[in-house]
Amino acid sequence: MSVATYSPEEKFRLGMLWTDSRYRSTTIQIIALFIVMLLGAYLINNIITNLAALGKDFNFSFLFEPAYYDINQRLIEYNSRSPHWMAAVVGILNTLLVAVLGCILATIIGVIAGVLRLSKNFVISRLMSVYIEVVRNIPLLLQILLLYAIFIEVLPRPRASEPMLDGMVVATNRGFYIPSLVLGETGWIVVATFLASLAAIWGFRRWAHKRQEETGQITPVFLISLAIFLVPTTVVFFALGSPISLETPELKGFNYQGGIHLRNSLVALWLALSIYTGAFIAEIVRSGIQAISKGQTEAAYALGLRPNRTMNLVILPQALRVIIPPLISQFLNLTKNSSLAIAVGYMDVTGTLGGITLNQTGREMECVLLLMAFYLTVSLTISAVMNKYNASVKLKER
Amino acid sequence: MTKDSSIAFVLKEPKEAEPAPIATTGALAWTRENLFSSRLNTALTILSLLFLAWMIPGLVQWTFVDAVWFANSIDECRQLSPGGACWAVITARFDQFMFGFYPEELRWRPVLAFVLLGVALLPVLWDAVPARKQLFFFSAIYPLVAFALLWGDGFIFERVNSSDFGGFLLTMIIGVTGISFSLPIGVLLALGRNSNLPFIKLICVTFIEFIRGVPLITLLFVASTLLNYLLPPGTNFDIILRVLIMVTLFASAYMAEVIRGGLAALSKGQYEAADALGLTYWQSMYLIILPQALKISIPGIVNTFIGLFKDTTLVSVIGLLDPLGIIQPILADSTWNGLVVELYAFVGLVFFVFCFAMSRYSMYLERKLSAGDRH
Repeated sequence: MSVATYSPEEKFRLGMLWTDSRYRSTTIQIIALFIVMLLGAYLINNIITNLAALGKDFNFSFLFEPAYYDINQRLIEYNSRSPHWMAAVVGILNTLLVAVLGCILATIIGVIAGVLRLSKNFVISRLMSVYIEVVRNIPLLLQILLLYAIFIEVLPRPRASEPMLDGMVVATNRGFYIPSLVLGETGWIVVATFLASLAAIWGFRRWAHKRQEETGQITPVFLISLAIFLVPTTVVFFALGSPISLETPELKGFNYQGGIHLRNSLVALWLALSIYTGAFIAEIVRSGIQAISKGQTEAAYALGLRPNRTMNLVILPQALRVIIPPLISQFLNLTKNSSLAIAVGYMDVTGTLGGITLNQTGREMECVLLLMAFYLTVSLTISAVMNKYNASVKLKER
Repeated sequence: MTKDSSIAFVLKEPKEAEPAPIATTGALAWTRENLFSSRLNTALTILSLLFLAWMIPGLVQWTFVDAVWFANSIDECRQLSPGGACWAVITARFDQFMFGFYPEELRWRPVLAFVLLGVALLPVLWDAVPARKQLFFFSAIYPLVAFALLWGDGFIFERVNSSDFGGFLLTMIIGVTGISFSLPIGVLLALGRNSNLPFIKLICVTFIEFIRGVPLITLLFVASTLLNYLLPPGTNFDIILRVLIMVTLFASAYMAEVIRGGLAALSKGQYEAADALGLTYWQSMYLIILPQALKISIPGIVNTFIGLFKDTTLVSVIGLLDPLGIIQPILADSTWNGLVVELYAFVGLVFFVFCFAMSRYSMYLERKLSAGDRH
């Protein structure tokens, strides 16, 4: 019996585009490409027809025309004669301001709440669970509006307000006033000294670390760092005759003058964002700490490490690997949520570019596109950084 | 056996064990262990007890004891009890909080739709319900029934304008629609992102990253201002529908990422085993991969649901009258001018109840589904 072997010289048929798995994936993709292109063409065609019907065009020249509106909260020079793009930049800076402030405070709140939530102390851990559950289950917008309304309704008018902390801080229904730093003529020398000592601390730590690696001798890093941090700046400060002073807010007429004026909208937005995001961060911190098995602590103790070194050298490096990626995505959420500023009238980029500029110029498409481009840039930058970090701390398996 | 007379007393039976020292068992030990084990711990305990002692009596006094439940204006409230909560504003405007400006004589329709929603959800949430199959059929046609009831079909039911919708009715419409449509779309997007067809993958990745990169508010701006540009001239479709589309797309991008996590957590052997059995792509996904991946991602899915439900409040920014949107005119109304906390507290409480219930349900589901893994 002979075995008939022959390789089928099948001729290509049109049906094989679908039935043969060699071609099917290509077919599907080409169909998908066609659908996407058709959809795109349809939408673009609609946009062109609609714009033509309304007598509008698509260009960005409006950005260079004067904005004719004021922004009360600004970090750079801006007045109502400035162009729209300046207004957008003021808005972007305001967004970044509240985002950075919020990320810092939210991390502080989150770490404290997360650690206390794990505490063996029954009362405090229950208290923290209540905080986390209540805040996480109530819409952020409601929390922002509530805080803002409380500030306006409950805080006293400037005339009736009582300065706190030796006249440094004043809380009124028009906002919070805190002291500002006034740099004298030689003030920059003090600032420069301070920056130099920060650099020196960094260099010193590196040197101490290297020395320990090579010789095994341990330098008292903390005390020396503290000395470098405090001594030179203080000496220079008094040697130059206190060239930096605090300007405290003073009641003049109906309002306070001097110091830094933090508007209620900024403070309400900042606190609400921090409290809300802090609750999420607390859960992240808790799960990060719980993810490290107890054996790690016990092994470190068995090696003779003291508790604080165990924390710094064994537990934290491992817990941070679990904590940091979701933490950064919380920062990203906070930045995106800061767009709720529009509800309390804080002039962030959604309020300027997506709010007043959009309404004044009637250029919805351009404004919304620019707005989305800004948020997308921020998000994609942060995710790129995060991917880099993830790759660098990934378990190196051998 | 000789008797040793020098021993005066011999214990025949073992003595009863002494009770443990009072400091190591019972309430006292628990207190010591949990509340006062170190100086820091003691300080924390005392601080938090002081905080509670300061907060709770005042809060109870304000919320319940001194509260006014029925009155016609804030002045009447303040006369009855100057230092208490004025819940009268909620009772007076309760209908608006629930239905917005939905015509009063037609309000039985949303109520009926809500009751029917319960019936439609029953077979989905609870697997021991009798006649589950028939109920599933009802769940499938429920969206049409609800639409006819809420907006009216023009024949049996009188039509109602979208601008009259408001309050928690609007929240429920957006929340329930978003939740039920974002899950299937999210599954498809996640599968697309994991697919080995580069172009399909590219479409899904672009969509997901774009939606996740921008705040919901900008998408709502698109719904309120830009969507008209994208449609043929002269089309004018409903603002609630436009918002529904945007919210659903937004939630499905987040859903896709959650489910992708579940897909990534499965071992490669599962995919290979499905292939080895000769299952087609959709069979292997439906029968083997998705049941496991979805089970892993339940906490994330429910978190996305909760986030979506909370995010429905954002529609007040583009002028819809959801509960937060309803509050604004009340704040400006001179009869109730000056009440703030009561209004927000009420809305917050309702949201809390819904979201908290959802998170507890997800815990129950997780326990129930992981019961099979234990042995």
